[in-house]
Amino acid sequence: MQQLHRATADQLKTDIPEFKAGDTIKVHVRVIEGEKERIQVFQGTVIERSGAGINESFTVRKVSAGVGVERVFPLHSPRVAQIERIREGKVRRAKLYYLSKLSGKAARIKEKTTRQK
Amino acid sequence: MSFALARKIGMTRIFDDDGNHVPVTVLEIGPCWVVQVKRKETDGYNAVQVGFGAAKEKALNTPKLGHLKKFGVEPLRHLKEFCTDEIDEYKSGDLLEVERFKAGQEVSVAGYSKGRGFAGVFKRHGFHGPNATHGSHEAKRHGGSIGAHTDPGRVWKGHRMPGHYGVDRVTVKNLSIVKVEPEQNLMMIRGAVPGARNALVEIVVANH
Repeated sequence: MQQLHRATADQLKTDIPEFKAGDTIKVHVRVIEGEKERIQVFQGTVIERSGAGINESFTVRKVSAGVGVERVFPLHSPRVAQIERIREGKVRRAKLYYLSKLSGKAARIKEKTTRQK
Repeated sequence: MSFALARKIGMTRIFDDDGNHVPVTVLEIGPCWVVQVKRKETDGYNAVQVGFGAAKEKALNTPKLGHLKKFGVEPLRHLKEFCTDEIDEYKSGDLLEVERFKAGQEVSVAGYSKGRGFAGVFKRHGFHGPNATHGSHEAKRHGGSIGAHTDPGRVWKGHRMPGHYGVDRVTVKNLSIVKVEPEQNLMMIRGAVPGARNALVEIVVANH
């Protein structure tokens, strides 16, 4: 297992910002249409981070035109051009699968505030 | 013709330049040494005997140690022969460089498949099995009938039945090399290769 991690170490990204489940993030995705390449932004709530090393992935959920959309991204894929954290959420779970069942006001996540000293 | 012995480390994935995910098997492909070069005149056939896997001297038996000492090679755990007529390119004690393999080459990989023990017909032959419903009972993973009645009065030879499965020599052809890392003695091959993790596999570049 360690040898496998070492073998893929050069494929890992080093510029990934810190983010976890409950955060709102913007994912800049490289979309290739024929010859052209453009960046598409997917903004939503992180509901899960799973896996380790090169296999690590995260799931982002957003509600688009009243329909819930969940997209899974491989964290180290070159197609994920950039990740921006917009808001830090306060949650008590590592995996927020329960959000899929909730809608409207119930699906809100409190913002995490750090107390000033 | 390039060949080598390797140890299967396991499977993982890498991303290619377009961002596509490529499933790869990682192999530790060296260092491999030429132990003995067999010649038609002296041995009856042309082949190169390759050794792999550094071992402690006390882990090997005396005949094997003596054989390795005779050709001036350090103690190695595994020995395998590869038939080739280009024997003049090799001599005992040569290190088989990892750089002989290039990304994009097609290779055949041979190894011994994972042992499954005494397996039933589902696992061993891929039988679909009887109905789970519609009144069937006491037959969940059975193979069904194994033949007719008085004529022929016996079971046909080669009829597929439960038995030992796995630990067979399996060769997978036309696998492509994705990446070679000589400093780490690693090679990545697209797709799966036979055998369990840490198992010995033989790699031969395909002749096209």
